[in-house]
Amino acid sequence: MGVKHKTIRPARTSRHDRSGGGEGSRSGAPLARSHDVSRARPLPAADTLLRMLYLLKLTREVEVRIERVLYRQGKIVGGVYVGRGQEAIGVASAIQLVEGDFVLPSHRDLSAYLARGIPLERVLLNWMGRADAPSRGRDNTLHFGDLNKGIIPIVSPLGDTCPVACGLALQFKLRGKRNVALVYFGEGATSRGDVHEAMNFAAVMKLPVIFICNNNGYAYSTPVQKQYAVKDLWRRGPAYGMPGESVDGNDVYAVYSAHQRAIERARKGEGPSFVECKTFRMTGHSAHDAAEYVPAALFKEWEDKDPITRLQSDLLQRRLMTPEALATLHESVRKEVDEAVARAEARPLPDGESANEGVYCGPDCWWGQTRSQAFDV
Amino acid sequence: MPILTHLEAIRQGIGEEMERDSSVFLLGEDIGVYGGAFKVTEGMLEKFGAERVIDTPISESAIVGAAVGAALVGMRPVVEMQFMDFIACAFDQIVNMAAKIHYRWGAKVPMVIRGPSGAGVHGGPYHSQSNEMWFVHTPGLKVVVPSTAYDAKGLIKAAIRDDNPVIFYEHKYLYRRVKDEVPLEDYVVPIGQAILRREGTDIAVITYGAMVWTALEAAAQLEKEGISLEVLDLRSLLPYDEEAILASVRKCSKVILLHEDTRIGGMAGELAAVIAEKAFDDLDGPIVRVTAPDTPVPFSPPLEDHFLPNARKLAEAARKLASY
Amino acid sequence: MPRRPGKLSRADMHRLYYYMLLTRRVEGQLTHLYRQGKVVGGVYSSLGQEAIAVGTAYALEPHDVLGPMIRDSGAMLVRGYRPRDFFLQYMARRDGPTNGRDANTHFGDVTRGVIAPISMLGELVPVLAGVALASKLRAESRVTLTYVGDGAISTTPFHEGMNFAAVQKLPLIVIAENNGWAYSTPVSRQMATSDIAKRAEAYGLPGAIVDGNDVVAVYEATVEAARRARQGDGPSLIEAKTMRMKGHAEHDPATYVPRELLEAWRKKDPILCFERSLIENKLMTPKEKAAIQDRVEATIHEDLDFAESSPLPSPEEAAQLVWA
Repeated sequence: MGVKHKTIRPARTSRHDRSGGGEGSRSGAPLARSHDVSRARPLPAADTLLRMLYLLKLTREVEVRIERVLYRQGKIVGGVYVGRGQEAIGVASAIQLVEGDFVLPSHRDLSAYLARGIPLERVLLNWMGRADAPSRGRDNTLHFGDLNKGIIPIVSPLGDTCPVACGLALQFKLRGKRNVALVYFGEGATSRGDVHEAMNFAAVMKLPVIFICNNNGYAYSTPVQKQYAVKDLWRRGPAYGMPGESVDGNDVYAVYSAHQRAIERARKGEGPSFVECKTFRMTGHSAHDAAEYVPAALFKEWEDKDPITRLQSDLLQRRLMTPEALATLHESVRKEVDEAVARAEARPLPDGESANEGVYCGPDCWWGQTRSQAFDV
Repeated sequence: MPILTHLEAIRQGIGEEMERDSSVFLLGEDIGVYGGAFKVTEGMLEKFGAERVIDTPISESAIVGAAVGAALVGMRPVVEMQFMDFIACAFDQIVNMAAKIHYRWGAKVPMVIRGPSGAGVHGGPYHSQSNEMWFVHTPGLKVVVPSTAYDAKGLIKAAIRDDNPVIFYEHKYLYRRVKDEVPLEDYVVPIGQAILRREGTDIAVITYGAMVWTALEAAAQLEKEGISLEVLDLRSLLPYDEEAILASVRKCSKVILLHEDTRIGGMAGELAAVIAEKAFDDLDGPIVRVTAPDTPVPFSPPLEDHFLPNARKLAEAARKLASY
Repeated sequence: MPRRPGKLSRADMHRLYYYMLLTRRVEGQLTHLYRQGKVVGGVYSSLGQEAIAVGTAYALEPHDVLGPMIRDSGAMLVRGYRPRDFFLQYMARRDGPTNGRDANTHFGDVTRGVIAPISMLGELVPVLAGVALASKLRAESRVTLTYVGDGAISTTPFHEGMNFAAVQKLPLIVIAENNGWAYSTPVSRQMATSDIAKRAEAYGLPGAIVDGNDVVAVYEATVEAARRARQGDGPSLIEAKTMRMKGHAEHDPATYVPRELLEAWRKKDPILCFERSLIENKLMTPKEKAAIQDRVEATIHEDLDFAESSPLPSPEEAAQLVWA
């Protein structure tokens, strides 16, 4: 069952023979896709692949540290939501962006933050609620954005960033830019009206938005068959008049290729696309959730489809990387996380009174003014 | 000075801002080809083109969310709700997305959501609501309710230039009924400043929106009876002008809080609290509220008349308070 | 009340004709009353779309439940409302179905299986899904049916309601009345696909397209969807293609609609086409036709007299019935 590591190949030239799923998941159904997308593409260049491996490993390492070390040590304030097992989606999509493009990641897309160049330390500061965290301790987890790096953060009501992505894209159009907005959401969010309204809105106005669904099998405890009745979510694309595609979200190559097509289309002014990335949530909804409602066999099955292991094996097999280099990378990532954690831990918590500041952006509010200068017209 | 209706003043204010600043653009249902349900945006499509006057699908969440996105990258969208009743359909994007962004991560969201509210035109429960308090209770938003044409223009311009999300309530009853002098030169009415519409000595009537005219009507009547009403027009509900409120209360020592909105949880409750906290010693009588009763807005004229505060009801309350 | 669904008899055909004619006359009379200044608020017409409301409602069983939208007076007439209910409601009279509290077709009666709409579009989809859920939980054979226009497809509740009904396999039929225009917005600005039925695929549902001006086709498509629903096969989406032959409401001259389009659709008038087909196929004699028309006229006049002599509500009633 499932894709073995050796099966990595130029994506989209053959049907993905994935199965599995079983009870509680339709994610394992054979992949289908819409009409006009099956063109063979060259593989990403070696340096891109190595960069992606680094980002994947960095995401994995820091999230393991957050979920299994810092959280248990009581150093993380609030809940812990990680994207273990689904890192390939954020990395292989966001890595293709250029300056002026935007990502609107879901709460499990730390990978997209790192791919856009957000320093680890800033991420950790936010998780720890520190004074000089990007949200100054006002909001937690990945609830922080950076306009200069092209990141708009999620809010807790799911799917809300989809209309926001449309607004960014409207600006690109009005200002004659060729930028794109990538908005990520889980399959649970597809049940919400904001996603629906935004997909329709983007299709009618031909906006350069890529709607990326991280279909990880579960929305909290709700399996996909309780979330939607359509067999494959890619059908949502054509229903709104945009291309729809379902890909193996644990296959870096497939994710890369699908987004390459969608981004190219958007930059040409041909409008939005919908990409369903089938993956699996290799953890509970958050760190407090043991996810006993997920059949153990599913975790086992998806463990075998781990995106990082698959990319590593392929790089080794194709001799794009030596085992020694891999070991070195592993160590350097670990060290990078160690250092970032140490730096973040040394930073102070905010003063209580600072909670009153910055409700409004006003002339005396340095905070809002400095951040958005790049976008003042 | 040219005389404009309330509606024309809003249109002129938006138009001037669009000419002044290319980042201002309009989003809404039927605002382009049709010019808006009340024709506030009539002629805008011809003048500014389909790129800046965008007719949208019936998707209030998408409209408001898209305004947030465009605002984050330097645009200044002005969104129309066909009726402010429909703002409920976009509630989440307003209170959870727009209102909290600056506080959460320091980005600014300069956008305006505007549209017709209020009763008096037999619109029934879904085309008559005064729902401003939904947003007054949301830190991060600003809420503005003009009563005159001059203020409507000055406040819409201030709202568009503001770096925060502003909810701009236009009373549909005033659209074509109220006219006044509106200067051609550029001006704004600052958000957060109340204005005295009439000076008086006996009772301060603190109100906003269409009820300002009701208060003035009652004041004219009561003057003949020897009761002098002061009328303070709040203009902005969030933030509101506490200083002006307290000054009027201290001067008159009696106060009536008047609004078209329903009673429980209305603005009058907030104002009564701040007056009790900060001007208790200056009061010579109970704080009195004149508001709509706690029902939906009914449709049939006798029912709607009963629902709405008017000059007669205000005058009755004022007479009683004056003799306290 | 409708007969049991199945093959249409001659008598059924006559009833369909009667209800369509009655709908047109009721709405025509409302237009007349509007021009006389007797209507409070706006008048929304289903001119040219009568076959959809009538054909769908006629396909239901008496214990089924439907939620009409603004252009489905015909469905309400089939469910047993009388013309006087519309006249009373539109003239805001006390004895109307909402006692003057709400406007136009915003009225319902659970005992008649009619859930009243609100102005926010698409909102009845989740509500009727809820009615269907109750039927499912109680193992009743009840089918629920509701209507959306091409504009409501863009809204949140349409999506959330459809998806929910699909996941729960609820006995819900959603009729999408594609009449080309949502207020001033043409379908091409509302969605990027030409067929609403395509949306059914997004929910894993069957989608059908039917000629909305052909009352028999509408009836048959609904019977088939109801059969599926009753046997537990879940919801259906039926797109009925038609044309809005008037403005959004009586105040709107709809100058944005190309005249040729209206001319083309005038030839497809659902009542005239049905009438012609019945006569040609000898399913209705000219004498029978005249009798039906007389019956319609008599009902209209009787109910109009009744409604016009009915009183307005008394003001104090405004404060009643906020809670059950």
